[in-house]
Amino acid sequence: MNASVALATAERVLRQLRRDPRTLALVLLVPPLLLTLFRYVFDGSQLTFNRVGGPLVGIFPFTMMFVVTSIAMLRERTSGTLERLMTTPLGKLDLLLGYALAFAVVAVAQACIACGVAFSLLGLNVNGSIAVVIGLAVINAVLGMATGLFTSAFARSEFQAVQFLPAVVFPQILLCGLIAPRAHMTHVLYVASFVLPLTWAYDALAHAVAGTGDAKIVRDALILLGVIVAALSLGATTLRRRTG
Amino acid sequence: MAAIAIEELTVNRGGAPVLKGLSLSVEAGAVTGLLGPSGSGKSTLMRAIVGVQIVAGGTVTVLGVPAGAPELRKRVGYVTQAPAVYLDLTVAENLRYFARVLGAPRSSVAEALAMVDLGGFENRLAGSLSGGQLSRVSLATALLGSPELLVLDEPTVGLDPVLRRDLWAAFAALAERGVTLLVSSHVMDEADHCDRLLLLRDGELVADDTPAGLRERTGQTDLDDAFLALVEVSA
Repeated sequence: MNASVALATAERVLRQLRRDPRTLALVLLVPPLLLTLFRYVFDGSQLTFNRVGGPLVGIFPFTMMFVVTSIAMLRERTSGTLERLMTTPLGKLDLLLGYALAFAVVAVAQACIACGVAFSLLGLNVNGSIAVVIGLAVINAVLGMATGLFTSAFARSEFQAVQFLPAVVFPQILLCGLIAPRAHMTHVLYVASFVLPLTWAYDALAHAVAGTGDAKIVRDALILLGVIVAALSLGATTLRRRTG
Repeated sequence: MAAIAIEELTVNRGGAPVLKGLSLSVEAGAVTGLLGPSGSGKSTLMRAIVGVQIVAGGTVTVLGVPAGAPELRKRVGYVTQAPAVYLDLTVAENLRYFARVLGAPRSSVAEALAMVDLGGFENRLAGSLSGGQLSRVSLATALLGSPELLVLDEPTVGLDPVLRRDLWAAFAALAERGVTLLVSSHVMDEADHCDRLLLLRDGELVADDTPAGLRERTGQTDLDDAFLALVEVSA
């Protein structure tokens, strides 16, 4: 572990992002636009918008960061720069932490913009603390990033990496409780939902929106942080210094 | 003293043997050319030397320690055949990043750029450079931090004659300072720039000699002909 190398990597990744203003604009603007869409889809029912829109503020960042990070990491693998870096003193964790740090910065900006639009312009109403919702959105963005870093190891091309979105993220959105209460699901799915990270992300967000169960929010957040550490550690094992 | 000592190195890639029990050594402080037709195993051998290749057998000792040992990561510079450069960063940003990763001083960036004749290109986006310029940026990243051994996979491909001459002169100057260079090429007319030549064919060493020695052995004045003579004898 070398903090200076991790910071240098974070700075490098952010510079690369800045050179790609279109991606940056999509990352920052798509979540508030989708929330706006939801607001007017549920035009007649502000209550439904509050129930679904609140958690969505935290789930959009998860999805976007998952895609952006897995593609960014895949590029590093396929462009030869990863192999080159693996012959330098750079540690695997330095690289992953660099990426994590850079995308966490983007995630904070994304969550703040989404929340700002939802709460001020769209009239999203939550009983709980807005700061807690923003904090959870940031944790979810970092979770999406860590999961994306890990799953990118299993993609050989950008086509494959993009397919991991429906394969890895959609089932979690279906099972997390947002679409239907988990208790109404068939038993197998109910049990399966316990091991999916997004279930805990949704649970925390739902509590934050309803303004209930602070202890549960803390528990859920700790679970999510554990998953983030696990995904980053697993990601490190997929970076190989020697290959065939 | 040998900078690289290889014994009985066997490497399989995609189920087929690429290097078949190769033994050789590379002299320190000299420019050694690694020559052979494409597909002869040059890149695989270089990958084994820098320790990124999974090997099936044999030993590779680099600067006195096993290839791929963590302490070598600062002492060995490696340039892959395809430029390993971030296309969405400028030349200077690329080099500054690698300098920080290698723990090299910031001043080494300008030195490395001067050596590959890219002074004045600092603020150009790497993605806007020509193929030859890009491979020189990649080469510059390997020069950062003054490595003791440079492993360069086809560094002169796509460069014009003037640049190629300048680069070979730079390699010779580095060797004079005690740096060991292993440079691969499939162009025989570059062989004369090397102190010593390793000729590879189908994963086997067909010659390990000086350019003059090679001419003498084959009775050819042209190194291209000398190589053809050797390849045909061994085939």
